Amino acid sequence: MPKQIFTSREFLLTGAIVLLLAIIATRFPAFIAPSNLANVFNDTAPLILLAIGQMIVILTRCIDLSVAANLALTGMVVSMINVAVPGLPVPIIIFVSVAFGALLGMVNGILVWKLEIPPIVVTLGTMTIFRGTIFLLSEGKWINAHEFSEPFKAFPRTELLGLPLMSWIAIAAVILFSVVMSRTTLGRAFYAAGGNPHAATYAGIDVGRTQFWAFTISGALAGLTGYLWVSRFAVAFVDLAGGFELSVVAACVIGGVAIMGGIGSVVGAMLGALFLGIISNALPVVNISPFWQLAISGSAIIIAVALNAQANREKGRIILKRAENAT
Amino acid sequence: MTDTTRFIPDRLQSPLERRLKSWETLLLAVAVSIFIVNSFTSPYFLNAWNLSDMTFNFTEKAMIAFAMALLIIAGEIDLSVASIIALASTAMGAAVQIGIGTPGLVLIGLGVGLICGAFNGFLVTKLGLPSIVVTIGTMSLFRGISYIILGDQAYRGYPSDFSFFGQGYVFWVISFEFVLFAIIALIYFVILHNTNFGRAVYAIGNNPVGAEFSGIRVARVKFILFLLTGLMSGVAAVCLTSRLASTRPSIAFGWELEIVTMVVLGGVNILGGSGTIPGVVIAAFVMGLVTFGLGLLNVPGIVMSIVIGLLLIGVIALPRLWEKWKS
Amino acid sequence: MLMETDQKSAPTGAEPKVPVLALREVTKTFPGVTALSEVSLELFPGKVTALVGENGAGKSTVVKIMTGIYQPNGGQIEIDGSPVHFPTAQDAGDVGVTAIHQETVLFDELSVAENVFLGHAPRGRFGLIDTSAMMDHSREILDGIGASIDPRTKLKDLGIANKHLVAIARALSIDARVVIMDEPTAALSQKEIEELYELVEELKAQGKAILFISHKFDEIFRIADSYTVFRDGALVGNGAIADVTEAELVKLMVGRDVSQIFPNRERNTGDEIFSVDGYEHPTEFADISFTLRRGEILGFYGLVGAGRSEFMQALFGITRPSSGKVTIDGEDAIIRSPADAVGKGIVYVPEDRGRQGAITTLPIFQNVTLPSLDRTSKNGFLRLAEEFKLAREYTERLDLRAASLDTDVGNLSGGNQQKVVIAKWLATQPKVIILDEPTKGIDIGSKAAVHEFMAELAAQGLAVIMISSEIPEVLGMSDRVIVMREGRIATEVTGEDMTPETLVRHAAGI
Repeated sequence: MPKQIFTSREFLLTGAIVLLLAIIATRFPAFIAPSNLANVFNDTAPLILLAIGQMIVILTRCIDLSVAANLALTGMVVSMINVAVPGLPVPIIIFVSVAFGALLGMVNGILVWKLEIPPIVVTLGTMTIFRGTIFLLSEGKWINAHEFSEPFKAFPRTELLGLPLMSWIAIAAVILFSVVMSRTTLGRAFYAAGGNPHAATYAGIDVGRTQFWAFTISGALAGLTGYLWVSRFAVAFVDLAGGFELSVVAACVIGGVAIMGGIGSVVGAMLGALFLGIISNALPVVNISPFWQLAISGSAIIIAVALNAQANREKGRIILKRAENAT
Repeated sequence: MTDTTRFIPDRLQSPLERRLKSWETLLLAVAVSIFIVNSFTSPYFLNAWNLSDMTFNFTEKAMIAFAMALLIIAGEIDLSVASIIALASTAMGAAVQIGIGTPGLVLIGLGVGLICGAFNGFLVTKLGLPSIVVTIGTMSLFRGISYIILGDQAYRGYPSDFSFFGQGYVFWVISFEFVLFAIIALIYFVILHNTNFGRAVYAIGNNPVGAEFSGIRVARVKFILFLLTGLMSGVAAVCLTSRLASTRPSIAFGWELEIVTMVVLGGVNILGGSGTIPGVVIAAFVMGLVTFGLGLLNVPGIVMSIVIGLLLIGVIALPRLWEKWKS
Repeated sequence: MLMETDQKSAPTGAEPKVPVLALREVTKTFPGVTALSEVSLELFPGKVTALVGENGAGKSTVVKIMTGIYQPNGGQIEIDGSPVHFPTAQDAGDVGVTAIHQETVLFDELSVAENVFLGHAPRGRFGLIDTSAMMDHSREILDGIGASIDPRTKLKDLGIANKHLVAIARALSIDARVVIMDEPTAALSQKEIEELYELVEELKAQGKAILFISHKFDEIFRIADSYTVFRDGALVGNGAIADVTEAELVKLMVGRDVSQIFPNRERNTGDEIFSVDGYEHPTEFADISFTLRRGEILGFYGLVGAGRSEFMQALFGITRPSSGKVTIDGEDAIIRSPADAVGKGIVYVPEDRGRQGAITTLPIFQNVTLPSLDRTSKNGFLRLAEEFKLAREYTERLDLRAASLDTDVGNLSGGNQQKVVIAKWLATQPKVIILDEPTKGIDIGSKAAVHEFMAELAAQGLAVIMISSEIPEVLGMSDRVIVMREGRIATEVTGEDMTPETLVRHAAGI
């Protein structure tokens, strides 16, 4: 069905990205050198990971504004563990970060599922609570580069087949979640619960529980990103990744995820994140002040949501026979 | 057949009785308790000038919160308010540089607020886009424009008479801002609770389709609400800029979440349909008192945010938990 | 026709004694309403049972109880003679009870195959969904019901008839023992209906028990083996279809003589007040013209989905027609929004009371005064005393029953909610009132009150348009009836020509 592929959101977005790269290349050809593109991808990896989690949450008609705070809190927790027990192997650190992040996500999920509190209120609240908790844990102090153990810092930079592990993790997440979303019952339940909650109940899907798992996944990815972030930049502090939740939502919206739920894909979320990542990396290169970035991503969100809305405009029930034949 | 027309009373419960059993009463009790606790824990609390200083913690945010309350009751939201402050403040700062005087500055501040509000309103009501995404977009866009104009610079040099709005006192310890806050609270109280327009706001929030089917011009009402929110952001921008006597693009960063928290804490249903202005007024005092009281105890502001976050979730979760536990 | 001889030769003598699925004195209540009271129903393998009843008789509630969406308040469900519980829809599916619901409850963003297999997809390696097996099975099932739909297509790209076939395929994908079809032919064309009949015969031959819910008597007599009639949530009759006539079924269904329940009214109509000329919409309706006189009640009859509500909503300014003209009181009226319509004196009582008609979470008096606030207020400021006065005046005229005028509308019964909606519009002193299924789902007492009130309104010179799918109501209330089919006016009848046969024939296009 080639026609469907060519009109798909993912295809259009890929086109937009290629066009963007082409425009940048006219002014600064070195930008599209493979090594630089690999750098851009690596820089965008955290955004990709968080956007995947956020995409799943938005699919189920929720929103997770606590992802950046979760990232910072988990980052601080694993940093403090590293400072306290420098010898702890990295795989255990990674396990702890995923588990701790998932736990924070479950707090959101339980409040949404069992108490039916609107997700925006829940995550607005947990966002400030998580941030405040970082302060309580760290007493407001920074953990700086020299305090981390070498293996802790080295992990995301370790290269495998020419790409840092950071990039590989993002790639692995894209593949893993593409499979989860298309080939598992839970993955399809995310679409069903958000696309038509009423019908999902008829099909035997517990919408609340599905939302709980969405928050758990989003939390786990935020936790993982938390470790990657602090180790890559070798610093942990209260305001780490402050305001990043909005970039994550922006990546999703640009990636074609419908805020009303039920529509979105892992690849779309990744492309949305890449679009933002390319812009932020390209601005200094093409000699535009990086201060333009916020306004550009804001405009991109507005344009993307307007285009999404156009594409998803509801059709009537179509009673006239001739109208049905025409479509 | 005898006369079967039964008399239906207007009300079963007097408005006073209803008010006593309301959320506002509970919240007022909370505010009073915090006030009493504060006056015991800090010898500096019960001081007229200190209490007057306390009001600056919430007056500017509360002005926006009143307009936001109407918007949320009508089922929409505006996350761009803090960015409107930044843009309005930047515009005023730029006007100072070309020698515009205080009256001109105020007009510019309010005008930019109105224009931003109109832009949000246009995107939501004319293009039919979801307000949460639109205003996340304009949140980046408006502040982004400030960054483009200012970069890492700041505007200063506001005329000396401009300082009255944020630093002036009307009578003894009663600041101009506090008086303005009180007047605006009164105006919004009347608009929401005593006018046809306010009734339309409730009707739309409870059931936008039903309101439309009842002949309410839903889009027009919503557009006006976005205008009002923009206007109030402009008013807050004048006060805040005057108080700080400088403009940076990061001005009022993160306020949108505090304002939404204030509104929800005040008993406004985040899903729309219910809420009152007195509730928001009391919530403003609660937040101001908590911030101020903890500040006097040298508790850092970030820890305060945990309390606010817990309040936000707690006030919604506890009644629901109670219901669950009862049944 | 070929099929019939096959059926006759099949061994029908051995009647199975134990029903696959049975309801025993099942009761279901909602706050303020008893939807079902002690109804019993038995479904046998290889048999089609028709469930008949007026709107609001409790048919949909029965379906929801059988499929685990609702829990009964009393009585029990039996499978093969032993009692069972269906706490969720999944549990009903697990024992092979499956339903094709009236509204298409499917997922637009998923592919056809995923819609068919959501919740029970075939698994391959690592427990992952076996996509190719899912596609193949879907194609088999779709081919089996004569639907040439690519299982990879997204559901949103299908028309409504094809969506319905997907819903049927979904029901068949579960190894079903009981198939419930809730008005399956409502949205289908004649050819598609024929195919559906063949499908039903095939399912019968496979030994499945079928519950067939329909308004259309011709199809009931064509495919059902037995019937069960509900009226107002109670069982009023059942038996073999061979032992009953159409007239007897109608009588069971309606439960009273048509002439008795409607107010006798003087039919004297005044001047022409309202006319519609050439109303068209790109996809919903075309070429609609008629006129209306003061004091006249004009009925609109048609099958579900004939475009009646869509047309009325365009008339009321909810949607925009692509062309057409409205004249009221001799003046051209431009209606772009409901507010415009109300301003011109046209009001609309919608079918969907809870969502469109009333604002159920607001009190009665606020609902009533909402469109009339300009009259009760002063300079835009509310005057509560005036509001209560206006609300009282109109709710008393309708004999509303409520604890107080401050009670939320959602706490009232369906009939009283409808009275609030009508009161709301009367308070605006309209010239034309459009009532869309005004008595759907409300109790008999309120029904009669609404009917009497309609007659009174007409007597006072108001022009009334009434959409109804209940033939007795249409015939009992209207001075004139327009029948719509597939978005167009099929015919207009008055006087002697107003017979059930004419209406049904034109509505179905036979």
